[in-house]
Amino acid sequence: MKIVPRRKRKKDYVAMIPDAVWLALSLVTACVVWYFLSKGEVTGRSFPPLVEVFESYFDMSQPRDMGGRGVFWSDVKSSLISAGCGFALGFIYGVPVAFLMAWYRPLRYIVEPWIQFVRNIPPLAYVPLVVIALGVGRAPQIAVICLATFLTITITVYQGVTNVDNTLIKAARVLGARNDVVIFLKVIFPATMPYIITAIRLGISVALTTLIAAESTGASAGLGMRIRALSSEFYVEAMMLYIIVVGIIGIAAENVLRFFERRLTSWQEKRNA
Amino acid sequence: MAGEEKRLEELENENAIVIEGDTEPKVILRGVRKVYKGGNGETVALDNVDLDIYDNEFVCVVGPSGCGKSTLLNIIAGLQDPTEGDVICDGEYVEDTGVDRGVVFQQYALFPWLTVKKNVEFGLKLKREYTKQQREEIAMKYIKMVGLERFVNSFPKELSGGMKQRVALARAYAVNPSILLLDEPFGALDAQTRVQLQTELLKMWEEERKTCFFITHDVEEAILLASKVVVMSASPGRIIEIVDVDIPYPRTQETKMLPRFTEIKNYVWNMVYKEYLEVQK
Repeated sequence: MKIVPRRKRKKDYVAMIPDAVWLALSLVTACVVWYFLSKGEVTGRSFPPLVEVFESYFDMSQPRDMGGRGVFWSDVKSSLISAGCGFALGFIYGVPVAFLMAWYRPLRYIVEPWIQFVRNIPPLAYVPLVVIALGVGRAPQIAVICLATFLTITITVYQGVTNVDNTLIKAARVLGARNDVVIFLKVIFPATMPYIITAIRLGISVALTTLIAAESTGASAGLGMRIRALSSEFYVEAMMLYIIVVGIIGIAAENVLRFFERRLTSWQEKRNA
Repeated sequence: MAGEEKRLEELENENAIVIEGDTEPKVILRGVRKVYKGGNGETVALDNVDLDIYDNEFVCVVGPSGCGKSTLLNIIAGLQDPTEGDVICDGEYVEDTGVDRGVVFQQYALFPWLTVKKNVEFGLKLKREYTKQQREEIAMKYIKMVGLERFVNSFPKELSGGMKQRVALARAYAVNPSILLLDEPFGALDAQTRVQLQTELLKMWEEERKTCFFITHDVEEAILLASKVVVMSASPGRIIEIVDVDIPYPRTQETKMLPRFTEIKNYVWNMVYKEYLEVQK
């Protein structure tokens, strides 16, 4: 008699570790990498010890009469207002324009080349022109962010509308949807929802990228403005702090978006689910 | 009715639409022609199609691919306009889509953002005739009919192909069309599911006798379901013969064993095969 040993099932250790632990591991690894970067002769110039970065928070946030600079939260607020307003305006203009472009061909033929043309010009290039037109202050920042997010959102949503499955429109028609308004509300809009979410995601990222450019000329507060200002005094710790804050804002926005995404587009068929 | 007037006028003309027999067909097609203009000139998809579909009939259309079967269905549905010819449904000229002509598509065409129940209610909501409760009752009736009561709140992505097509059937039935147009509805399904759905559709038809216009490339399927099989030729798409299937209902999958079934099947199959060879040339 021959005995064949039962094959041992391989354990999937990667799957056994919970996501939260992975996230913690990722953070710890980042700190370790940071530590080595801060010890390097060249990299150490830009990577101060992490503790000092956190310490700079107190310096930046404590009011002047307590020996700090007292600008941190007003910088965060200022940037959030600029990015938020610019993004909101870009979204409010972008989505309808995208739908109209998909609907009326003349509009598409005239407007689409403009959007494609301007979209690839870095905002930093035209920021000075906007400042010449609108003066220094909040207005040019919002205008630049609005334009950049508008372009991204319009193109993304427009592609979504043109990707709507034609048989769904046919199905709606044979079920009694006789006019364009009904077809828009019942088919095209819900079918485009995933693209609208993607457009928001790309829009947020563009808004944050553009924010730094928008604040580069003549802003009196703001994360981007402060990073530039701090560089002139080589205050590396605080610069890092501000950069990390920009990243945190991005991740926070992404998580809020994911929350809505789950509610709005969970019906979507995922290819590798 | 505007359609009625137009028809009376037509009757006074020389090219009046003549109906043979006493009963008026539900759908009348006369001289239907469809030409597609493309980069390589014109393609005649349908040429001189005359067809009558009577109430409570189950008409199946077979023919090689590219014979304009789907175009014919789209024209009756009002999704496409014929280049020439007339289409009359229930005494009215077909000019647009209408809830009197329900359609089941090969690709299911369910709204992925709506649950099974909401999909079935879609047409009822647009009708604005029912209260919420009535809508739900009607929807549930047809969801039960296709055996999906356990999946009322599921989204299409959670369903198999066969289940999706059942939902599409329930959705088409729910608005109570006067004729059901089915465009190769089981074409994308595996053989086993296909047989299942054929049986279910047969049962549904035998109960309500809702007039069906069913397109398929499967001769066996056509003969199993149809009371009348329309055989079409390819390029240009023409009707070559209309074969009456004189096998009584109720039919089941065992019907396929009957000698008469085989006889009709061979007859139709040879016709379709000949057309297929024509296309190959």
